[in-house]
Amino acid sequence: MLKIKELQASIGEAQILKGLNLTINPGEVHAIMGPNGSGKSTLASVLAGREDYEVNGGGVQFNGEDLLEMDATERARSGLFLAFQYPVEIPGVSNINFMRAAVNGKREHQGLEPIKGKEFLDMVKEKAKLVELDGRLRNRSVNEGFSGGEKKRNEIFQMAMLEPNLAILDETDSGLDIDALRIVSEGVNAMRSPERSFLVITHYQRLLEYIVPDFVHVLVDGRIVRSGGKELALELEEKGYDWIKEDAVA
Amino acid sequence: MAYDGKDKVLEEVTGKAYEFGFTTEIESDKAPAGLSEDIIRLISAKKEEPDWLLQWRLEAFAVWQTMEEPDWPHLNYEKPDYQAISYYAAPKQKKQLNSLDEVDPELRRTMDKLGISMEEQKRLSGVAVDFVMDSVSVATSFKDKLAELGIIFCSMSEAVKEHPELVRRHLGTVVPTRDNFFSALNSAVFTDGSFCYIPKGVRCPMELSTYFRINESGTGQFERTLVVADEGSYVSYLEGCTAPQRDENQLHAAVVELVALDEAEIKYSTVQNWYPGDAEGKGGVYNFVTKRGICHRRSKISWTQVETGSAVTWKYPSCILKGDHSVGEFYSVAVTNNAQQADTGTKMIHLGKHTHSTIISKGISAGNSHNSYRGLVQIMPSASNARNFSQCDSLLMTDTSGAHTFPYIEVKNPTAQVEHEATTSKIGEDQLFYCLQRGIDAEQAISLIVNGYAKEVLNQLPMEFAVEAQKLLSISLEGSVG
Repeated sequence: MLKIKELQASIGEAQILKGLNLTINPGEVHAIMGPNGSGKSTLASVLAGREDYEVNGGGVQFNGEDLLEMDATERARSGLFLAFQYPVEIPGVSNINFMRAAVNGKREHQGLEPIKGKEFLDMVKEKAKLVELDGRLRNRSVNEGFSGGEKKRNEIFQMAMLEPNLAILDETDSGLDIDALRIVSEGVNAMRSPERSFLVITHYQRLLEYIVPDFVHVLVDGRIVRSGGKELALELEEKGYDWIKEDAVA
Repeated sequence: MAYDGKDKVLEEVTGKAYEFGFTTEIESDKAPAGLSEDIIRLISAKKEEPDWLLQWRLEAFAVWQTMEEPDWPHLNYEKPDYQAISYYAAPKQKKQLNSLDEVDPELRRTMDKLGISMEEQKRLSGVAVDFVMDSVSVATSFKDKLAELGIIFCSMSEAVKEHPELVRRHLGTVVPTRDNFFSALNSAVFTDGSFCYIPKGVRCPMELSTYFRINESGTGQFERTLVVADEGSYVSYLEGCTAPQRDENQLHAAVVELVALDEAEIKYSTVQNWYPGDAEGKGGVYNFVTKRGICHRRSKISWTQVETGSAVTWKYPSCILKGDHSVGEFYSVAVTNNAQQADTGTKMIHLGKHTHSTIISKGISAGNSHNSYRGLVQIMPSASNARNFSQCDSLLMTDTSGAHTFPYIEVKNPTAQVEHEATTSKIGEDQLFYCLQRGIDAEQAISLIVNGYAKEVLNQLPMEFAVEAQKLLSISLEGSVG
């Protein structure tokens, strides 16, 4: 599904990713943990095609294609989804219209006709249930005036609507209370399938109690320095990152 | 590498030809260039006008000659040579037309290209269209239906012939000939325009619509519009424009006067898409328009405008709130791209007691363009308990464009309540990326974001017009983020 080889990326003068390797197979859930500034969010942005970052080494294959050759829109239409750490507000654009444009963009890519009104609304209703997103939020402007928890639920709702092959969750747990965390996690778990992979970026082990990963990777200074099973997350929680940093240097 | 849509898109814009740039080849009956008393007499004679109107024109001309073109706007353009302009051009069509089939096929094709097939307009939307090709109206529809209600909707020339008393009573009462340089010029040389009268207590059942179109190379366009809503009546009036591509600048100096008598309501909506010139601003239309309405007791005038065209725009649709409890509104979206310049806004003059006004202005600047809001809210000593709310937002699409706000507020009555809010923001890279990441392409993303930003104003437009305006905003801004 996703093969990252020796990926290097910078923003401005700063080299953030310094040769990152990661392979994700269909159906797998990978978690990336790491201290602040280790490059977690940069990885998410680079994969999604944000142009502020410059890729200056390595490569990424997505479903057998060169991901870095595609623009952000093409990546999304090919099935890559990023749940943002800070979802953006778009005043005056209703959530529903926004999603309709997104769904139709993907359908165009697949050579399908734009979705019919009724079919679309049925889909909205079904997917909204997953994250308990009520009608009021569906019709409001995109994320405008949403609480932190509502924004994150909206991200998962959008993910459900777009049915990606690979979903990257960028610190989706930040700013969530325990109820919202449960709702969001249940939404994600309901979408797990043998064809769909997840890359969960998080600072804390807490999220991984809800979304149980197959693999955990530790990112330090732009490289993955250790990989393991879900128990690695617990170990990190207990010991912090310092011992790994020391290991990495040594 | 990854996403280089920006450069590609910028290139497309600069290389983008004006979508409606075409010229209709119809024989024209055209006056020689230049302006003099003789030319004014010629125009008046061609139009078989009564003597009072000729005298009125000559007076205006005399005033105009003593005036100077204003230089206070935040605009930079080469002032037109008024002696190089031809002031009269009429398509050669002698006989009155009974149906659309009799219209010159060439003309019909132009209308089709503009996407305003009249049959369709009539059938689908119930809009009565008074299509102005250059200066003479060639077809007016729905007139009979309106006549049943006593509504008069016709060309200005026809109104002068058929309803001289109404025209004479109101013409120049809202915008006096000596009001400004351009209104004086218009008064002297206007060739046609629209006239509308709604009788007492009548609610006009359809949107009245006029499509203006500048078509004759080298001719200025001097439209004169007068809308009179008698006591307790209501009318919604639509004005929409496109113009063909030109090499030399085209001057347009229209005057629109609205009269809302006691308890009447006029809603005046404009979608303006004149040729803005090429990427350097060469060849676009100069749009110097004077629009003003007067509100009598408990009446309301609402201006809504979507301005996307013209190389230079100088326009301030205004309300004189003369009667007690009268209401004035101004909703505007002004888009400038490439080298376009706009200096636009409104004036709300509060004279009556308990008068209210609302101003919502949304400027959008792209390319190297400059977009200025200029507004005056004036509360006169007689206007007790007057209220105004103004909101002026600016959206910048590029680092090289400019947004300026010049709000003037004069309060001469201590009971007044005046609020002013202003914001300037740059189109969010974050918003854009969010859309792209959801699989929405750059063009559509910009369209969504901009239309969302302008929604408050677009919502004021009648349905069919709002859809058209949305498309226009998207076309005007195609690939303009940088």
